[in-house]
Amino acid sequence: MSVPGSAHVAVDVVALEEELVSRGVAASADVAEYALWLGDDALILAQQLGWWISRAPELEEDVALGNIALDLLGHARSLLHYAGSASGRSEDDLAYWRDAPEFRSVHLVEQPNGDFAHTIVRQLIASHYLFELYLRLQLSSDATLAAIAAKAVKEVDYHRDHSRQWVLRLALGTDESRRRLETALADLWPYVDEPFRDAPLIDRLGDVAVRPSSLREPFDAAIADVFAEAECEVPHGPIARGGGRDGVHSEYLEYILGEMQLLTRQHPGARW
Amino acid sequence: MPAGQGASASERVEAQRDAWRTAATVVDPEIPVLTIEDLGILRDVAVSGDIVDVTITPTYSGCPAMDAIRDDVRGALTSAGYSTVRVHLTLSPAWTTDWMSEAGKRKLQRYGIAAPTGHARAAGASGPVSLTLAVKCPHCNSLNTRELSRFGSTSCKALYECRDCLEPFDYFKVI
Repeated sequence: MSVPGSAHVAVDVVALEEELVSRGVAASADVAEYALWLGDDALILAQQLGWWISRAPELEEDVALGNIALDLLGHARSLLHYAGSASGRSEDDLAYWRDAPEFRSVHLVEQPNGDFAHTIVRQLIASHYLFELYLRLQLSSDATLAAIAAKAVKEVDYHRDHSRQWVLRLALGTDESRRRLETALADLWPYVDEPFRDAPLIDRLGDVAVRPSSLREPFDAAIADVFAEAECEVPHGPIARGGGRDGVHSEYLEYILGEMQLLTRQHPGARW
Repeated sequence: MPAGQGASASERVEAQRDAWRTAATVVDPEIPVLTIEDLGILRDVAVSGDIVDVTITPTYSGCPAMDAIRDDVRGALTSAGYSTVRVHLTLSPAWTTDWMSEAGKRKLQRYGIAAPTGHARAAGASGPVSLTLAVKCPHCNSLNTRELSRFGSTSCKALYECRDCLEPFDYFKVI
């Protein structure tokens, strides 16, 4: 999206952050695109979760969601740094100076925070998907992706547990918490399908990437365990169109980017 | 002090050791009783003349202390006389609490943070996070404690409460 008054600002005037992963090798164009897919998912989800700080139902939860956001931001930084190595762009160039059609995140992560139940269901889906993904990406033939995944999988495991504990509390709590959980499940389940879709890029990448469709079965099995304990039904219903991997997004992403990119675009090179 | 280019093998080993000891004085800004050596995040120090290459690894992917640690390592070695200090961040192999030294664990306990109990499971092994061992209260040593939140004041800690002395405390969680 374009921010008024920023059109004349060229990317090269922005002071580039020192490299985080300083011994990185440059990614090929295809590997960079794949890193962008995963990096954008992590970045948008981190930005969304950050909103909860000071707004969660209890102080401990402010801290938990803030920490989860921080982990995801760490994954995003590593992945975007690597993605940018193919084109000479920094992680900040990619985070702040791309418009919505250039983002490759899935629609799940741009779904509104909603009430707490919506955020928890989105976390349930995202953390279980990411866990299965990073678990296998550790074995990638690309050493950088394998290293990022080996670190991320241990952190995402905690996120998975966090979402599970909350789903149980909401499901088995009061009538109202149960009602809200069921509403959130119905609202968000259409977005479960997209992250598991294969694409020509995946075919080209071979054993660098994890085949998304191969993650669906373990994901479903893990979710089924949670739902059995929570005495919930796996929702049935329509499947959302998706298109995030091709840069097709809902208007929600525009608002998220508007807030995330505002400061950098109005004050290029700002530091504090 | 930096050893010159023409140094003998033993002088080079000594130079390496000196540089490591200097880098190892840097403390974690979030937990100032622990050095980066105690934490196990100082991975490698290589000296060539008066140039030093230091490799550190983050505890968590998003650890915001890494920038400060990098600057502090650079500052400590520059003050010790090295002309060029390069600090590298590596993600692999992924850090684990198993790398924390025993001395580090004791310092942590005295500081009021419960040290990690037990060992991290093999990276990526599936199944639940194992948190079976009781966490000892760093204030009164009671094992009668409970987890308030798996996420604490920093990424690496969880929040606990002692049921005997009723004090809350941080627990450095196993990863």
